[in-house]
Amino acid sequence: MFRNTYDSDNTVFSPQGRLHQVEYALEAVKQGSAAVGLRSKTHSILLALKRSTGELASYQQKMFRIDDHVGIAIAGLTSDARVLSNFMRQHAMSSRMLFNRPVPVNRLVSAIADKAQVNTQEYGRRPYGVGFLVIGQDQTGPHLYEFSPSGNSYEYFAMSIGARSQSAKTYLEKHYKSFADCTLEELIKHGLHALRETLQQDKELTINNTSIGIVGPSSAHEEAVPPAGPFRILEGEKIQVFLDSMVPKDAPAPTTTAGDEDVQMAE
Amino acid sequence: MDHFPTNWGRPRNDAFDAYGTYPIAQHPRNAVDVFADGVQRTQQPIVTGTSVLAIKYKDGIMMAADNLASYGSLARFKDVQRLHPVGDYTVIGAGGDMSDFQYIQQMLEELVTEEFASQDGHTLGPVEIHEYMSHVMYARRSKINPLWNSLVIGGFKNGKSFLSYVDLLGTTYTASTIATGYGSMIAQPLLRKAVEGNETTLTEEEALKIIESSMRVLFYRDARSINKFQVATITEKGATISESRHLETSWSFAEGIRGYGSQTQ
Amino acid sequence: MPAMLSTQPHGLPHPHMQTEQGPQQRQFNPYTENGGTILAIAGKDFSVIAGDTRQSEGYSIQTRYAPKVFRLTDRAVLAVNGFAADGNMFVKKVRQRLEWYRHAHAKDMPLRAIARLIQTMLYARRFFPYYVYNILGGIEEDGSGAVYSFDPVGSYEREACRAAGAAQSLVQPFLDNQIYFKNQTPAPGTSHPTHLPLPTVLKLVIDSFTGATERHIEVGDGLEIYVVLAKGASTQALEGIRGIQETTVTNDGERVFIIQRELKKD
Repeated sequence: MFRNTYDSDNTVFSPQGRLHQVEYALEAVKQGSAAVGLRSKTHSILLALKRSTGELASYQQKMFRIDDHVGIAIAGLTSDARVLSNFMRQHAMSSRMLFNRPVPVNRLVSAIADKAQVNTQEYGRRPYGVGFLVIGQDQTGPHLYEFSPSGNSYEYFAMSIGARSQSAKTYLEKHYKSFADCTLEELIKHGLHALRETLQQDKELTINNTSIGIVGPSSAHEEAVPPAGPFRILEGEKIQVFLDSMVPKDAPAPTTTAGDEDVQMAE
Repeated sequence: MDHFPTNWGRPRNDAFDAYGTYPIAQHPRNAVDVFADGVQRTQQPIVTGTSVLAIKYKDGIMMAADNLASYGSLARFKDVQRLHPVGDYTVIGAGGDMSDFQYIQQMLEELVTEEFASQDGHTLGPVEIHEYMSHVMYARRSKINPLWNSLVIGGFKNGKSFLSYVDLLGTTYTASTIATGYGSMIAQPLLRKAVEGNETTLTEEEALKIIESSMRVLFYRDARSINKFQVATITEKGATISESRHLETSWSFAEGIRGYGSQTQ
Repeated sequence: MPAMLSTQPHGLPHPHMQTEQGPQQRQFNPYTENGGTILAIAGKDFSVIAGDTRQSEGYSIQTRYAPKVFRLTDRAVLAVNGFAADGNMFVKKVRQRLEWYRHAHAKDMPLRAIARLIQTMLYARRFFPYYVYNILGGIEEDGSGAVYSFDPVGSYEREACRAAGAAQSLVQPFLDNQIYFKNQTPAPGTSHPTHLPLPTVLKLVIDSFTGATERHIEVGDGLEIYVVLAKGASTQALEGIRGIQETTVTNDGERVFIIQRELKKD
């Protein structure tokens, strides 16, 4: 990557009409390990790849619970994610306090998107260096949203963010039409297959480097999930059964586009 | 509940025996109000509405309130609507200070408009409106600057009926029959007798009969009422508030009363 | 109390009673009292927390069902009595604090920590108090049953049993006698048990409330009894009990049950 005359201040457009600082922030999201989200008629799920700095270190936290009905997976700066997830938790709790209503998921996502937008416009600020996949359920069913530092948010059937997420996206685009009627187990299997695409050649998904977040009724492999199907994070031994359900990969992963690793900023 | 809105929010003085039942009413506990000191300002309702009645029935909620706003004992405004629709699923009825109620109406109108403007399929039902109002009322009482009302919130959404009460202290409850003000003494027993246990079987016609007979008794007995009232129903089909109506009353019995006015013998 | 402001308009004042409005409270009083009674009893490996469901103001019953006892976690249940609006708001605020604890630590707050939290929250409003009496019951981290009782501004202590509310003066002496064995002498060569078994405690709770309902006008309509069992505690005593329902959420081991009963409605 190279510097640009118009990138030192995010309130200044480049002659091409771009905000370079904002685009660099999107790069920060791509530095983070991948997260995948999928949605069926009954469930929304998240899958994330946890990195560890080494043998002696623990694995990073990739998922946060926001409320009983909402959870997020992150890619990018974890510290920025903590600030934003705290804001989301406050928002969710004030909705419960003031209206006795779980906050509608779209409004929660819009709230952080608005917050992020301010950082792309006001002098002396920097954009958030983190992207979210947000899953949740409300009166209008299960949802999956992507939030990005540019202040954009979109709803998806399936989505991936983070390093090498284009490979996962390719898998999801190929299969998303079947997701709506999937069982939770099938949905998780698809999610794991997609997440697997983001791995480097010699790596594989293990119970240590994978997190699964679920909103919706319990799977047969889960214990003591209340009937409402609140957001829960599965990690460790509990996900072995789902890893075992994966179809072994015969052919090597299709090579991804060169631009995925590091996007060039053409002038 | 005290039927004089002026007395709401003031400590009960159980030591004073308003009905002359001495010595039963001697009650030393409340003779001294330990919180009398340390509060800041006075407020009182000025233009007041009297009772609101509401019951659950088979299809939803029925609510009634008369059209009078009194200025002390003066029947000041005789065409005031005390039932107010909030969104598509809720009706809120008010007794107490009418200017505070109009403020509440404006506030809720703003809330509902904002909710509508988001256009995302989420709407506020009676449960949400109740929670919101209970917070508003409690917050104001905590600032010692109450909205001097007792509110009845009735609604029907997603196949469920909802009936609740919120007042100037932030006190809340839900019940299958609710009557505020004078009605809490005169009408509540009648409503309970007719409704409790029959919430899922009462028809709209039967519910209306119960409401009408209670409103009639209130008109006979409550000096701050008039024989002109509206009835709201909130069901699966939505909320409707009737035109003002009045009931047949009979005063011929007054001829037979001896001991007042010119008829001393 | 200030002196009477007006003289009697007619006749002599009644010797024992004010026949005319006495001193009039002119200022807004932000409190009222909504009746009802709560109690909690701790056992060796269980805790029972109960309350009636009537809410009243003066001589009016506002509703026959307004719960005063709330499950906070799978090992903590809070009973709140006094001014209902303050009580409900207080429970909501406690719950939000527990939710933040869950977010931060990914587990439920321990009972003794909840007790201290409640003290802090009550004392924070020392000069505009929550007009509520709290009783917190549940299971400690060591697996023992516990009851904490509070005054409106946060003084608290751990006890074996406590009654509060309208009928406290009726129920507490009964519990002192039946649980602490006050004014009882054990038969020669024997001693009073230190912990009562669950079936006995449930009987005492039900008797306390039927008794209070008979003798206090603000108590009645319905009864809700929460039973919290420690990890591994036997559920035998709860089998076959009428109107019982389990409300456990986690599978940490502690279990919460609720028993709902009718009380007289007159």
